[in-house]
Amino acid sequence: MEEKKHLLEQLHEIQNNDDKHYLPKEKVVELAKKHGYDLAQVYGVETFYTMYSTKPRGKHIIRICENQSCHMANSKKLIRHMEAILNISVGETTEDGFFTLELSSCLGMCSVSPAMMIDEVPYGNLTEDRIDEILATYKEDK
Amino acid sequence: MDNKTVTIKINGVEYTVDGGSTILEACRKAGIEIPTLCYMEDVCDEGSCGICVVEVLKARTLQRACITQVFEGMDIKTNTPKVRLARKTIVELILANHPKDCLNCSASEICELRKISYDLGVTETPFEQTKELDLPLDLTSPAIVRDLNKCILCRRCVKVCEVVQSVNVIDIAGRGINSRVSCFMDKGIGESYCTNCGQCIKVCPVGALTEKSDIGRVWDYLSDPTKHVVVQTAPAVRVAIGEEFGMPVGSLVTGQMAAGLRRLGFNGVFDTDFSADLTIMEEGTEFLGRLTKVLGGEEASLPVITSCSPGWIKFIEHYYPKCLPNVSSCKSPQQMFGAVSKTYYAEKMGLDPRNIICISIMPCTAKKYECLRPELDDAFDHWKDKLMLKDEDHFQDVDAVLTTRELGRMMKEGGIDFVNLPDESFDSPLGESTGAAVIFGATGGVMEAALRTVYEVVTEKPLPKIELEAVRGMQGIKKADVPLVKPDGTEIVAKVAIASGLGNARVLLEEVNNGTSPYHFIEIMACPGGCLNGGGQPICDDPNVCEKRASAIYQQDEALTIRKSHDNPEIKKIYEDYFEKPNSHKAHELLHTHYIERDIYEQEKE
Ligand code: SF4
Ligand code: SF4
Ligand code: FES
Repeated sequence: MEEKKHLLEQLHEIQNNDDKHYLPKEKVVELAKKHGYDLAQVYGVETFYTMYSTKPRGKHIIRICENQSCHMANSKKLIRHMEAILNISVGETTEDGFFTLELSSCLGMCSVSPAMMIDEVPYGNLTEDRIDEILATYKEDK
Repeated sequence: MDNKTVTIKINGVEYTVDGGSTILEACRKAGIEIPTLCYMEDVCDEGSCGICVVEVLKARTLQRACITQVFEGMDIKTNTPKVRLARKTIVELILANHPKDCLNCSASEICELRKISYDLGVTETPFEQTKELDLPLDLTSPAIVRDLNKCILCRRCVKVCEVVQSVNVIDIAGRGINSRVSCFMDKGIGESYCTNCGQCIKVCPVGALTEKSDIGRVWDYLSDPTKHVVVQTAPAVRVAIGEEFGMPVGSLVTGQMAAGLRRLGFNGVFDTDFSADLTIMEEGTEFLGRLTKVLGGEEASLPVITSCSPGWIKFIEHYYPKCLPNVSSCKSPQQMFGAVSKTYYAEKMGLDPRNIICISIMPCTAKKYECLRPELDDAFDHWKDKLMLKDEDHFQDVDAVLTTRELGRMMKEGGIDFVNLPDESFDSPLGESTGAAVIFGATGGVMEAALRTVYEVVTEKPLPKIELEAVRGMQGIKKADVPLVKPDGTEIVAKVAIASGLGNARVLLEEVNNGTSPYHFIEIMACPGGCLNGGGQPICDDPNVCEKRASAIYQQDEALTIRKSHDNPEIKKIYEDYFEKPNSHKAHELLHTHYIERDIYEQEKE
């Protein structure tokens, strides 16, 4: 268990230090080689946790919660709205490299569902209009 | 293990059982059947499928028998409406996302899912399919085909690769509906550092993992009148192929196998045992050469490690490339046979080597990869100048490899009534072999065969007892000291060790790698128990399958009059007529090879 914990932190470090907010293959292989980790197992961890990505991502990462509470609060509709305004599907990055759209398991914000996070900032009680407003504030500092 | 016993009740009857056992173990001991899918004794106890559930009095939920330990007073019920419904529902849920092409699935005869769903009375598939079953086949490996649409995520392959083989090339990636058995970066299995050992194929309960079939290609060769198609059969095939036709486990069917091959239309029915004897001559000489050097104070790589097992070779290339100088330079018997069939045999028979097709029947999936290694195609180089061959004329030493299972299927397809075939013998000149060669099929066999020859070469005396019991048996690692007294009275004690299964091999390799290995000679086979339990052998649920096949192998050894490789008259002849002496220049050209460093981390970076 101790070792697993360690691996999670090591992966976060790699991802946080990467401009494209992902786990570049070469970096992961280097890490595995240094500590004698098995690559298939590391990949299992990388792909299990939604916070990690094995593909390059945009400047800001939007994560919409897809767990029960948010699902009941019709997060599906918001996801479709988001896809439409960003003109991408879940898992993709906008052409200008500004936003990546992802889904997430429970963010712990069920009381204000539907919810999402952009980078480290949580947003609750979402509606289509509120999403438009929030995205606009990001676009300003573009 | 907890040594205390406890008293439990199963279906109302009291039993006293080991306190450390699981419900499953206790029930099986009591003769009560509980279905399992993901569970494999000593290998997989992930408790992931849930099919083994039972009712335990006072427990809030049904309990998984394979991972729940018994306790004093435990009251278990294995056959209640609740249990039966739960098991049935689990199968129905699995079936919802499982392709329904059982009629043309190559695993249909051995599929555990099919059997369980029949046994549990599943007659419909009420649940809606939630997964797209449109993943392409993984055809990247020459040995293994993966159809992940059929995978039920039991994890048996992952655990066998990890716990038994210590290769760890696969694991579960993703989560929920996207969970899948995957290599690093979702690469194909053939692009990864898989050893092709095929142990995962043997444990897959469904048809998600199978060997890449070469049957079609072999039929094509056989129906091409311009080709002279020869076949070689590995020692372990003759003690297992009978199982494909319903014969008891451990049936020795050498004669029927030869007869069946002849009826399939092969032009020469030969024996890999012949080239196993050749391997002993070459490897024994190489070993003695290195040992004498070291004893005389010169530099040479000891221990010498055997090189017959291609799964093992790929493993050491990936994991211990620094130890490659220790590996014998001898090609495996399959490849020695291929080289000899297209040189010595071609010359003897007056055949154009381009028209000879060499097929091998192997207990092994890794042999399919081995025959493609370009560094092994020495017959082509041998003829290149003589016949003014161009690059496009290139041919392999061994053209195709069929597993024991594939040969079984081919014979069925060809309408051969195997069980009632008469005994026939192999053809000459590549069909004569010895007891030493046949025991190659069991773990310890190569060592025993080599020592039978090495002993007589060093001591110049006949071996007092041919059977070397110390190197026999199914233990994962075996060790022995073998005293060899030279005619001048000086004694050498040869220290030998044997490992089967790559996890066990790793233990001996660690010592070689850090310079603490006390041995002179090490035999390694990639599969646990040796070739008789190879990844290409019939799939069989008899827990004593290895012992039974091994006993058939030793029975064949005892029945043969010639039991030492150096006494094989055809081997004597091939040295007289062709190779001169072991490790000669010509022998090096055709019977020896080199290996390639394939550090996994360097490889995966690319
Ligand atoms: S063939 Fe052997 S090494 Fe390859 S995945 Fe299967 S068990 Fe692992
Ligand atoms: S491939 Fe076969 S053995 Fe491996 S997890 Fe899937 S069903 Fe189980
Ligand atoms: S056999 Fe017990 S959970 Fe699969």
